[in-house]
Amino acid sequence: MAELIIPALIETIYMVFFSTVFSLLMGFPLGVLLVITEKDGIWEKKQLNRVLNGIINVLRSFPFIILMILLFPLSRLIVGKTIGTTATIVPLSIAAAPFVARVIESSLKEIDKGVIESSLAMGCSISQIIFKVLIPESLPSLILGITTTIINLIGYSAMAGAIGGGGLGDVAIRYGLYRFQTDVMVIAVAVIIVLVQGIQFIGNTLSSNINRK
Amino acid sequence: MIKIENLSKSFFDENTTVKALKNINLQINKGEIFGIIGLSGAGKSTLIRCLNRLEEPTEGKIYIQGEDITKYDKNKLRDLRKNIGMIFQHFNLFSQKTVYKNIAFPLELEGLHKKDIEKRVDTLLEYVDLEDKKYSYPSQLSGGQKQRVAIARALANNPKILLSDEGTSALDPKTTKSILELLRNTRDRFGITIVLITHQMEVIKDICDRVAILENGEIIEVNTVEGLFKNPKTRTAYEFISRIKSDITEEIIEPNDFKGTVIRLGYSGENSKMPIVSRMIKEFDIEANILSGDINKLIKTSVGHLILELHGEDEEIQKAIKFLIDNNVKVEVM
Repeated sequence: MAELIIPALIETIYMVFFSTVFSLLMGFPLGVLLVITEKDGIWEKKQLNRVLNGIINVLRSFPFIILMILLFPLSRLIVGKTIGTTATIVPLSIAAAPFVARVIESSLKEIDKGVIESSLAMGCSISQIIFKVLIPESLPSLILGITTTIINLIGYSAMAGAIGGGGLGDVAIRYGLYRFQTDVMVIAVAVIIVLVQGIQFIGNTLSSNINRK
Repeated sequence: MIKIENLSKSFFDENTTVKALKNINLQINKGEIFGIIGLSGAGKSTLIRCLNRLEEPTEGKIYIQGEDITKYDKNKLRDLRKNIGMIFQHFNLFSQKTVYKNIAFPLELEGLHKKDIEKRVDTLLEYVDLEDKKYSYPSQLSGGQKQRVAIARALANNPKILLSDEGTSALDPKTTKSILELLRNTRDRFGITIVLITHQMEVIKDICDRVAILENGEIIEVNTVEGLFKNPKTRTAYEFISRIKSDITEEIIEPNDFKGTVIRLGYSGENSKMPIVSRMIKEFDIEANILSGDINKLIKTSVGHLILELHGEDEEIQKAIKFLIDNNVKVEVM
């Protein structure tokens, strides 16, 4: 049993880790852009804001499985194949990026407008406001948002298992569903539950420990 | 120091235009504490925000130390803002930064050396009397302490102008006094020009030298604070000052309810300390009945009013009124 579960756990962690990193790289700047370009934002660009919102909504509307299949050509282009954990990172990251953008957007929007106004009054540039005010002031909330993203990606990665993505989801489906080895499925799901609980716990603790509000 | 010429500001919505400020002209002198008072919605916030262009004026010019700041580009504007401190009603401190880091923030923007920053912040903490709160977070402070931190932060770059946007409106009366004390002290010590907006006449009375009254986006009166209390030119001004009078019976006095002649005396400065009324009673054959009165202590002088009912021959009463006028008392027959 362990020789089935442990490699699958490592695959899941590998997929989730890298797709978190890549989805943050894409989604974080998008989230910041959404906030600063909105009406009365520090870099108001209504047209750009509308376009970004449109793209994000469209991407988020796709069922993940469909998006993953649609992105097979892109996976092939980047990784060279469409099956396996590494190949799955591509659609996972792209599917999670618009979600990350929304999570970051809502965290940054929690900041009191007055704090941003006082920063402007002190002569901050737009980039100084982003890096010295928006991000540090919303850090506790950002950490919670990123935690939610990671947990979402664990769920997505399990789904990716269904179409050859590997990881715990793959094991649960292949052994549990197709071969009727219920015990394997139960353990695979249990490991996922422990993983999710652990990550949520770490995220909550970290967020409340650094929060000074 | 600050000269505002024909300033207008309109907000455009899809199909409506709101004229928030209409043709404002104002001159604020160096080292002055200048108050702008008005009801909410009068345009005070918009006006004060035009001074550092947090709001962009629609029309008009604003000169600060002779330079038209409405023409400034982004970089010059940022330099200007570093020379204008600003405090707010809700303090607007960084909640995730310590008191120290909050005050250091504008200095860090300037890229100062860490040691210089520490030295400057310590001086400021001492000035606002919060040395023991250096490593506290804003959530651990009272409202008054938060505003002190905000003042220290606003003064960090040695600005020439300090703007206060309802800086004491969220504070209780006692804390308000101490913050106003600090602001006055700041002006006295650093020669800084302070422009404040408020809806509280107490604030104007306690620290301002001059005051502008804003109503519906227009300045309807500019006066010295003493002048405003002694002789308000507009109805709104009168309403503002009567609101803070400890004795509100003046509103209720109906001259027709009295047999004698009811007169209202306004006095200020030196003559408020002289026994003019008692001299009047001795000198003329009249009797006086005091109906209402008060004295407000302003920064330098006292101003007040007294409402009297006079009994006696008309001729004597006219003589008495002339006597008062000759002694620089403002007399109004009600």
